[in-house]
This record gives sequence, C-alpha cells and structure tokens, in this order.
Amino acid sequence: MSLYNIFDIAGSGMSAQTTRLNLVASNMANADTVSSSTGETYRARQPVFAAVLQNEVSNHRQSAAKTVRVSGVVESQAPLRQEFAPQHPMANDEGYIFKPNVNIVEEMANMMSASQSYKNNVEMLNTAKQLLQQTIKIGQ
Amino acid sequence: MSTTIDSLFGVHEQALIYRSKRAEILASNMANADTPGYKARDFDFKTVLSKLNTPSAHMEQTHHQHIAFDQTPAAVSLAYRIPSSASLDGNTVDAKVEQAQYAENAMDYQTSLRFVNGKISSYLSALRGE
Repeated sequence: MSLYNIFDIAGSGMSAQTTRLNLVASNMANADTVSSSTGETYRARQPVFAAVLQNEVSNHRQSAAKTVRVSGVVESQAPLRQEFAPQHPMANDEGYIFKPNVNIVEEMANMMSASQSYKNNVEMLNTAKQLLQQTIKIGQ
Repeated sequence: MSTTIDSLFGVHEQALIYRSKRAEILASNMANADTPGYKARDFDFKTVLSKLNTPSAHMEQTHHQHIAFDQTPAAVSLAYRIPSSASLDGNTVDAKVEQAQYAENAMDYQTSLRFVNGKISSYLSALRGE
C-alpha cells in the first residue's frame, strides 16, 4: 500500500531536517567560540542531502518514490574571522584571535527554511494518516 | 441486477490505488524539497485512468489451474515537473506547488472513498431489505 510508504518518506524528511536544525544550532552556539589558531577554530557545518531510491520489496519492482538522507556534513571553507586582540587570553604570539566563519543571518534563514520543511513533512504525514484511518473504516 | 463483486466499486477501486500512488510520489517530492539536484516527479492521473478503460492484453484461462493474469498495469509513466523558476542547486521542487497538489490528491482520494462507502451502504441496505 503506497500510503504506508508516506510514513517512511515523511519520516526520512523529518529526520533530515532535524539534522539540519541540529547543525544550525551547533553553528549558532559556536558563533563566538574564540581560539588561538586556525586549525582549532570551529567552522560552520552544513548537511548534504541526498535522495534514496525506495525498493518496493513486496512487489519486487522499484517504486519511483524517494526518501531523503543526510549523505554527509561539510565544513564551510569561508575564511575565518581574524582579530587583533593582544589583551585576549586566547591570543596567539602575534596577538591574534580567530573566530568561526559562522554567518548568523545565513544560519537564521537556514533555520527558518528547515523548520518550514519539517512542518510540511508533518502535515503530509498527518494527511496520509487521516486517509488511512478513513480507508480502514470503509463500509462501517 | 447483474453485478459481480469485482465491478461493484467501478472505477473507484482503481482510482484509490492510483491516488495513493500519486500521494507517495508527491510525498517524496516534498521530502526532497532541499535535496540538491532532485527533480520533482508526477504523473497525469487522467491518462493513467483512461488507459485502464482500454485493456491492452487479455489472458484466457483455459485450465482451472491457470493463474489469473494480473490486469493492473505494472507501472505508471512518471514525468518530470517543469519548474516555474530555476534554482542554483538543480532542485525543481516547489514546496507550495507540491503542497497544493498533495491536498488536491488527498481530497480526490476521499471522494473516491466516499463513493465506495456509499456503494457498500446501499448494497447493505438492499441486502437487509430495510
């Protein structure tokens, strides 16, 4: 029954969006984490989504429906923010501190997009659930 | 009244199958709304259903042990949705379009369900003789 697959599909979407929201939260929380070298500095992380082809095992034929998965997490290659602050306890020998390349505005937009997508998946799942419930009650 | 139990629900039995298939396709479009390179897919319900009314092949059962030939078409031909605006990552899913299509599809599913239900209740009342 195709309607049951919607639970898998919407569930995969919700889990992917949750990963995205988690990374946004992590980026936001670490937006001001200061370190004394470029190697130790936190870099903004973004998930990479990929579609997964669903195998309809019962009919031995491939369905066109695709779930989504997080295929990986990439670190932003944008330059880190370097600041001259000799008084700072984390400053290196030259008096510089390094701040993460997290763009707060970008992260906010990302967060809103992720929560909207999550909501869409929830709505879809609810509708599918209602349809199934009505189907079960057929003839009553 | 010459009605076999197979044709009791008419086209609505098939309609429900394809409506649920379409819901699945639209759901995967929505789940992949943020997947780079994903192309939104859909099928035309009208053409699928009109193909059902013109049976392509029929298998005769000349022996009582023959297995009945599955009349349901194997797969619907899926098409790619033409995006209204291009996106940089190659994704062609417009969440709002998919949402509207999904809602419309759900409504039509319920309509078919209502017809099936009506058929059942009218047959039940005929059987009971109320």
